[in-house]
Amino acid sequence: MPLEYWLAGALMASLTLYALGAGADFGGGVWDLLSSGPRERAQRDLIAHAIGPIWEANHVWLILVVVLMFVCFPVAWAGLSTALHVPLTLMLLGIVLRGSAFTFRAYDDASDAVQRRRGRVFAIASVITPLMLGICAGAVAAGRVRMEGGQVIGGFVRPWLAAFPIAVGLLAVALFAFLAAVYLTLEAGDDEALREDFRRRALASGIAVGVVAFLSLVLARKGAPLVWEGLVGRHWSLPLHAATALAAMGALGGLARRRFEFARTCAALQVTFVLWGWGVSQFPYLVPPSLTFTDAAAPPAVLGAVLEALAAGTVILAPSLWLLYRVFKGRRAET
Amino acid sequence: MTNLLAARSQMAISLGFHILFSVVGIAMPLLMVIAEDRWIRRGDEASRALARTWAHGTAILFAVGAVSGTVLSFELGLLWPTFMAFAGPIFGMPFSLEGFAFFVEAIFLGIYLYGWDRLAPRAHWAAGVLVALSGVLSGVFVVIANGWMNTPTGFRMVDGRAVDVDPYLAMRNPAAFSEILHMTIAAYLSVGFAVAAIHAWRLLAEPDNLFHRRALGIAFGMAAVSALLQPISGDVSARQVAEHQPVKLAAMEGQFHTERGAPLRIGGWPDEETGTTCCALEIPYGLSLLAFHDPRAEVRGLDMVPRTDWPPVRIVHVAFQVMVGCGSVLSGVAALGLFLAWRRRGLPDQRWFLRLLVACGPLGFIALEAGWTVTEVGRQPWIVHGVLRTADAVTPMPGLVVPLVTFSAVYVLLSFVVIATLRRQVFLSPHIPAPTAPRPGEA
Repeated sequence: MPLEYWLAGALMASLTLYALGAGADFGGGVWDLLSSGPRERAQRDLIAHAIGPIWEANHVWLILVVVLMFVCFPVAWAGLSTALHVPLTLMLLGIVLRGSAFTFRAYDDASDAVQRRRGRVFAIASVITPLMLGICAGAVAAGRVRMEGGQVIGGFVRPWLAAFPIAVGLLAVALFAFLAAVYLTLEAGDDEALREDFRRRALASGIAVGVVAFLSLVLARKGAPLVWEGLVGRHWSLPLHAATALAAMGALGGLARRRFEFARTCAALQVTFVLWGWGVSQFPYLVPPSLTFTDAAAPPAVLGAVLEALAAGTVILAPSLWLLYRVFKGRRAET
Repeated sequence: MTNLLAARSQMAISLGFHILFSVVGIAMPLLMVIAEDRWIRRGDEASRALARTWAHGTAILFAVGAVSGTVLSFELGLLWPTFMAFAGPIFGMPFSLEGFAFFVEAIFLGIYLYGWDRLAPRAHWAAGVLVALSGVLSGVFVVIANGWMNTPTGFRMVDGRAVDVDPYLAMRNPAAFSEILHMTIAAYLSVGFAVAAIHAWRLLAEPDNLFHRRALGIAFGMAAVSALLQPISGDVSARQVAEHQPVKLAAMEGQFHTERGAPLRIGGWPDEETGTTCCALEIPYGLSLLAFHDPRAEVRGLDMVPRTDWPPVRIVHVAFQVMVGCGSVLSGVAALGLFLAWRRRGLPDQRWFLRLLVACGPLGFIALEAGWTVTEVGRQPWIVHGVLRTADAVTPMPGLVVPLVTFSAVYVLLSFVVIATLRRQVFLSPHIPAPTAPRPGEA
């Protein structure tokens, strides 16, 4: 297997871990925005409590994705950051506002009015960021980012302002909100009422995911022919859809029957399948239809060095992450 | 405003903003673990309270540093796509290593901040040590990448394309070592003096508060040691720049013409039109001596290259004077404080000295910003020294004024919120009265 395919795999893996971790942190922000009912305050506190220790570590996956892109696939990254300048910049603003507003709220004893305003900023930025991320992914998948001779053609708006990319943006928001609600049913611990709040939210957002996913698929037929073909016409299309559907039903079923750990596993699998479904449907293209992973790849000496760095980094990272989650998310931590 | 100027301004503002928070991420964890260690070894409650308060401050500043650093990692591509398409593979290696260092930093900071009651004291302290170490490493890797932009190695140019790329060789670029040394010490120096100033200010109001006495002792200790070491690393940097970036050195010193036995100019106002630097205090042979350790050495002037290859001389020269000026004052204050501490065998808490420390609070950060101005503006008109011009690297995206104004506004707003938040943290700090007659050597 050529080196660049290993790196494509590493890229997808990082993106997946970003979605499963940071995605849920953004989803938490969505539920902060939508918190309501008699336990409004308790919902917000639970979300803040769940996100607090881990959001910065989860966020680093995105940095890794960016670095892998510009080191290993520099031409593609130059093209994407030119054609998608606007949504990427909006996403950055979202990242800055979400992170800082959350931290200020968590560590400061300002007046209630100030804290509410910070909460509002945190919540709204938590919606904008995944929306923009999804729009960027949708624009790439749709083949709307065109490059010729290393230069972007087709302007700075046309690549991303279209029905399909926006549908994918909404799908990202819905998926992350779903993931967060499912995780929060477990975070709620013994608080039955709070757990029920998030169980209902998880079920509702799970259905929303299905609706938006279906809408995206319909739009893909015209808006993203490559993905459409990948999702319907290849020999692995049916098993992939079956697996995704099974995971989705497992998650909803688990929620309905209050098997929350099972639901969490299924929801995480569902998100993973959606991401990898997109990945394999456009493979071997990185920026379809202009650049394949091989076209965009850096020299082999660089790819080899980065793979060495990834291997060494993983040896340090894996036990550290395990420790982080054990301390804060393990069974012992729930007391 | 041209697109190029807008892009450069946005990059400058993003870097200038981020740098303040990144040095906090490097230096605060050290203060935090020193205080916690003191608590564990001596059971000193003031030190424990101090470690917790400093950890709060670190959490706030680290978060802003993490998100503003993310902005920078994207801006490299958003503003300079041509640069990244060319340079990404060559100088990107340290960024991928930095990714993991940052991971470790974020993970163990999470464990440290939220784990006070979940871990045994030594395990908790060890998490803090890992934060401090990985914070330094993150900085080291980023600075290596900047060193490459100043002294690019690890490739050959053939027909406008880079060939024979060796990312490990690129990491061992000539500027890397001196930049790492200078920047890491600068982090401890600037943060040390800023923290010392805050606690000195509080001590003026509550002279017997043990909390602030401990804080001042630790912070000033770190600041003073760094301030005494920094001139040595400055000398290493100056000789490196003299050898590998003579144009930058000439701009720093306002040296327009090549000469033997060049004088060191203190202050002064360079004029690019007339090719002179007026009003400077000139120390004969000083520059030759400092840059090459030989009073008769030839120092090449800006006239060695065409004027189109000059950086903005005035900015670089003045920024360099500001950096050296602030650094010299701080070294003097450090020596004075250590002398006072030695004479008293304790905290130098004379009111006049506390006032002096308060006045010196911002100087480290000013020196830091000025130093980065020297490095970055001094590299112009190149984005990769001698290889790629900044003007050729900018994005074709029109209307860059819009993100410039937006990010500037957000950063100004964030600065106000950070200051207000930290102010409240300082006023929340506990009052722990000192015993009436402090034992010698205490605090």
